[in-house]
Amino acid sequence: MTPLITPPVRLAVDPIACRAHGLCAEMLPDFVRLDEWGYPIVDARTLPPERRRAARAAAQACPALAFRLRRN
Amino acid sequence: MTAAPDHRPVGPREQRLLAGWLKTGTRASYAEHRARYGPVPAVPDRRAAARLINAVDRAGLRGRGGGGFPTARKLAAVAAGRRPRIVVGNGCEGEPASDKDRVLLTLAPHLVIDGLLLAAAAVGAREAILCVRSYDDHGLKDALAERAEHDTRAVRVVGVPHRYVASEASALARFLTDRDPRPTATPRRPTQRGVRGRPTLVDNVETLAHLALIARYGAAWYRACGTDDSPGTTLVTVGGAVDLPGVYEIEHGIRLGGVLDVAGGPAVPVQAVLVGGLSGVWFPLPAAAGVPWTAAGLDRAGLAGGVAALTVLPGRACGIAEAMRALRHLAAETAGQCGPCMFGLPAIAADMAALAEGSLGRAGLARLRERLAVISGRGACAHPDGAVRHARSALHVFAADVTRHAAGAPCAWAALPTWLPGGL
Repeated sequence: MTPLITPPVRLAVDPIACRAHGLCAEMLPDFVRLDEWGYPIVDARTLPPERRRAARAAAQACPALAFRLRRN
Repeated sequence: MTAAPDHRPVGPREQRLLAGWLKTGTRASYAEHRARYGPVPAVPDRRAAARLINAVDRAGLRGRGGGGFPTARKLAAVAAGRRPRIVVGNGCEGEPASDKDRVLLTLAPHLVIDGLLLAAAAVGAREAILCVRSYDDHGLKDALAERAEHDTRAVRVVGVPHRYVASEASALARFLTDRDPRPTATPRRPTQRGVRGRPTLVDNVETLAHLALIARYGAAWYRACGTDDSPGTTLVTVGGAVDLPGVYEIEHGIRLGGVLDVAGGPAVPVQAVLVGGLSGVWFPLPAAAGVPWTAAGLDRAGLAGGVAALTVLPGRACGIAEAMRALRHLAAETAGQCGPCMFGLPAIAADMAALAEGSLGRAGLARLRERLAVISGRGACAHPDGAVRHARSALHVFAADVTRHAAGAPCAWAALPTWLPGGL
């Protein structure tokens, strides 16, 4: 069976909604680190398929709903 | 199309927008304006509207608010949007180093109003709004009253709070919707979802003035001066250590040194020029004098972006102290919505202040560079990016001062009054 080809997924933060709760960095440390003020610096590279579940969990966990997955 | 007035382009001092003022020494009344430029062309139907957008496209007009976006593309985008559509003239001029919009509105308001009405006709908008700083309408209401019976639409003048980010396009659209003058993070641009969610054209008032002349005299006339990639004339604010600071209309393509000469040239020996206002970039003098004033020339020199404003710094001044003042102002002007900007800008302003007084040290300087590396691109608008750009260019251009200050030796010049505008 041929693997499904899906558009690349990347991570994004809504900078106005973000309140520096920091859960995204906690749950996805290989893609998100926090600056000295507690705000996320997100790795811009494509999210590999094996990390998608964890990324979706982080997006759902964000109390501000600021952490998102984007297809482009 | 009407014939051009009988003055011919005469090299770099071609005066198109400010011609009326130079002729009479006073703001033109509506009757004088019509006598000089002819009546505003009619745009009676969609075909005429399409022809006008096409003329603007062929003319190669680009925005004069700092973004430099092709105006015809914006017009077409809004014209393709769903009704009702809205056009907004942006005369707020939040950048302290820029005075051109105030000068244009004060001296040639009828050109701006013509341009706004023509833009409204071009995109099929019924609502036309002119935004200015809330405490000064530059006599616009009087100018509008003079011509009300001739105008196809009523133009509403709206006062906007005088904040740096309030005149950013998405902030303006938001303010006109619900009185909140802060930029938004929505991915859609105002051309698609602007004021009250409608397709909205937001154009700088100078852009609209050029549009008013292109509608009359055509694309070929517009391109008769300037260069191929940067046709026409543009207004530039020249300040700092020049003999005659002020707003001048220059022909694209003359060198930056020529722009300074139009303003009387350097008043004293000079070391650098800030290009693009507080969010702009420093460049050493005399090297900067050779940069051609075109989009491509400025881009090649790393000076692209930002509104057309120059601030000349004398040799007997501290570039680091000036950068500190600029950063302090930008830090005070954040909308306070995004963490990296809200916290990052005051932090780098404080670093630059410590550097200016000789207390930052090499570790602090390294930390400043790290901060500059993470702040850009993480806000809803370009405000933090401009501050970072300024700071980085200051550290680069004034590198010798940086080394001395980081070693604990401040300079006496840091205590001198600032050369930056706006009483910073």
